[in-house]
Amino acid sequence: MNDEILRVEGLRKEFPGVVALDGVDFTLRAGEVHVLLGENGAGKSTLIKMLSGAYHPDGGRILVDGAPVEIRTASDAQRLGIATIYQEFNLVPQLTVGENLALGRPPRRFGFVDTRRMHEQAGDLLRRVGVDVDPRTPVAKLGIARMQMVEIAKALGLNARVLIMDEPTAVLTTTEVERLFDIVRQLRDQGVAIVFITHHLEEIPQIGDRVTVLRDGSSVAEVPATTPEDELVRLMVGRPIDQQYPREPAAPGGPLLQVRGLRREGEFADVSFEVRAGEVVGLAGLVGAGRTEVARSIFGADAYDSGEVLVNGSPLARGDVHAAMEAGLGLVPEDRKGQGLVLGADVGENLGLVTLRRASRGGFVDRPGQRRAAAEVARQLGVRMSGLGQEVRTLSGGNQQKIVIGKWLLAEASVLILDEPTRGVDVGAKVEIYQLINSLTASGHAVLMISSDLPEILGMSDRVLVMARGRLVGELAAGEATQDSVMALAVTEVEDARVH
Amino acid sequence: MLVSTNVLQRKPPGRKPPAAVWLGENGALVALVVLAVALSLLSGDFLTVTNLLNVGVQAAVTAILAFGATFVIITGGIDLSVGSVAALSAIVLAWTATDAGLPWPLATVIALAVGLACGLVNAALIAYGKLPPFIATLAMLGVARGLALVISQGSPIAMPEAVSHLGDTIGDYLPVPVVVMLIMGLITAVILSRTYSGRAMYAIGGNEEAARLSGINVNRQKLITYALAGLFAAVAGIVLASRLASAQPQAAAGYELDAIAAVVIGGASLSGGKGRAFGTFVGALILAVLRNGLNLLSVSAFWQQVVIGVVIALAVLLDTLRRRGTN
Repeated sequence: MNDEILRVEGLRKEFPGVVALDGVDFTLRAGEVHVLLGENGAGKSTLIKMLSGAYHPDGGRILVDGAPVEIRTASDAQRLGIATIYQEFNLVPQLTVGENLALGRPPRRFGFVDTRRMHEQAGDLLRRVGVDVDPRTPVAKLGIARMQMVEIAKALGLNARVLIMDEPTAVLTTTEVERLFDIVRQLRDQGVAIVFITHHLEEIPQIGDRVTVLRDGSSVAEVPATTPEDELVRLMVGRPIDQQYPREPAAPGGPLLQVRGLRREGEFADVSFEVRAGEVVGLAGLVGAGRTEVARSIFGADAYDSGEVLVNGSPLARGDVHAAMEAGLGLVPEDRKGQGLVLGADVGENLGLVTLRRASRGGFVDRPGQRRAAAEVARQLGVRMSGLGQEVRTLSGGNQQKIVIGKWLLAEASVLILDEPTRGVDVGAKVEIYQLINSLTASGHAVLMISSDLPEILGMSDRVLVMARGRLVGELAAGEATQDSVMALAVTEVEDARVH
Repeated sequence: MLVSTNVLQRKPPGRKPPAAVWLGENGALVALVVLAVALSLLSGDFLTVTNLLNVGVQAAVTAILAFGATFVIITGGIDLSVGSVAALSAIVLAWTATDAGLPWPLATVIALAVGLACGLVNAALIAYGKLPPFIATLAMLGVARGLALVISQGSPIAMPEAVSHLGDTIGDYLPVPVVVMLIMGLITAVILSRTYSGRAMYAIGGNEEAARLSGINVNRQKLITYALAGLFAAVAGIVLASRLASAQPQAAAGYELDAIAAVVIGGASLSGGKGRAFGTFVGALILAVLRNGLNLLSVSAFWQQVVIGVVIALAVLLDTLRRRGTN
């Protein structure tokens, strides 16, 4: 019996300036959990976006039940029985669970929505997933774990035979992960084929049957889920880790950034640490642990309730980006496109954004000076562009990130907060960014680096801080930090500083 | 080997011939030239010095309002109140100079201050009250018009003699409104391209959060932006009243829509981050030439509205198609 549902052959996808996928082969059988493994930027998201109709491949083919298919839109995917659960849920928070499950195709009676039947059908689906939620509850009132269950129920409601789950465990606690695994196993036994993406290697033997490893846009191996972790890491990284993370520790100087007892109601509490000159301090933790919130509060982008921030020994005014900037802080935000760049403006304009005020005399900007400085820093960073006049929208992720960092170099920031600095950046540009971090710390700058990429945290940090549920739960020296020790801290059950 | 294949496979960014780029960026100017050529073929009266200066005078008030609206639209906002603010400023000038008996220079300063203040109130509601610009300025549209009616008790007030010269001509030919329009246009161009506030406006319109995280005081820049729009509206109102020699409480009603149309025809995007003083100038001229031409061709005023509506839709449609082509 041929139980292969989905087959991907030689899939290729190019974006302007970068090849995201080149030669991906992948097969999926009914009733299996197939783990998709790879570093950030290896091409996992691109692959699942092509299976769900968000992107269209430039080469290769996708077969469903042995027949080649074109998945041009989300509804094509739906018709083929492919459902995807992204990290960002596709639920309407204001509507009830039942309304969400019936979204776009509610049961009707005389042309009106048959609310009673809608909630009955929702109840059936929820029971199938084994989740105890009243279909009349607004989705906004559910916690993350239950929202995820609702997403799964929604996929089943669409008669999905293929369920793609993008890092479903990233936002869950240990007990919630167990619940999720139970549901996934149950679905598998019902014959649903599941594509499971995770960064947590220890989950693979627990939940997976087979593993396909992606590296730099290609599938490099297909192995059983029982493969030892170090072998999986070797396949994933494909090169010694010290070469991938070329950290050159500098002699630490005095503290440049001191954070004392920082607290914001419902977000984080008791956050105290310091970053010394010449140091890279990594801030690890699960998504939603409060790392970004702390970073933004330090920088003044958001307010905080109590505590203090000192830069170079002087206290910093609360909630004042301009003051933070003047004191020498710089923030490279996690959402590069949404918060870091003016996408429609050109490279020169973006590079000069932070120094705009400093380059002004009596309200008039020294634009030639700004242009010269921008050209110099773009050259220094090796930004690949046609010229300063190129719109940043058309640059690759790595080059865009260099520009966000570059504007803070121009501003001569002494403490840089990098929030997910290499997310969506290709491997070559990643190493360039790491080398940039090295040269910054070598010249006495301090770097606070938030990253969900554990190998990156381990490879680039001189010290690792770990946050869980809005609190700092531990600090590890570079020598003692391992994937396991960091993860153990990241999932620590502490009193939650966040209120749900 | 650390260089990934991705780096090696990078494609050089596509480049278009300079002429195509120029045409793409100056579509409005091309349209204006085509329109002018067509009208001069259709009507012998179009291409005369007198008529062209007449077009300039007709364009002046819209253009000055539109220059002010350009600042606002570049930040991604909208100002619906400029027509009302123009009328209020002119009424205040005329009333303080005649009924209150203040000297005309002082009355003029007060009138400009009123325009500025209206803009600041708009900005305060938007920046600190977090009202959508549409709502804040819609409220001001009503308030300013109402105040103009209250102060004037609904009747026109004569403009002071000295200020009315703004409606005259220099020598035999050059109308003062045209001169004022050109000066305001130059000021707009300089502010947008050379000043901190101008550059900040583009950044805010392009990505407000990125601008804020780059240390730009977004609220303060919005105050400046709407204050400029109010100030420009006051100038437009005074020019309009000078041409008519009297300030009228119902003057410039609906002009805010012409101003917005001029800005958009000139290539600005209502979603912010794009726009130029020269584009706005051309946009205002297109509207004026179109009205003038349709008059010369004896097209009824009713049909004129239809034609202008179609032109606005076409201009923005072409611009959207062009953008879609380049992205």
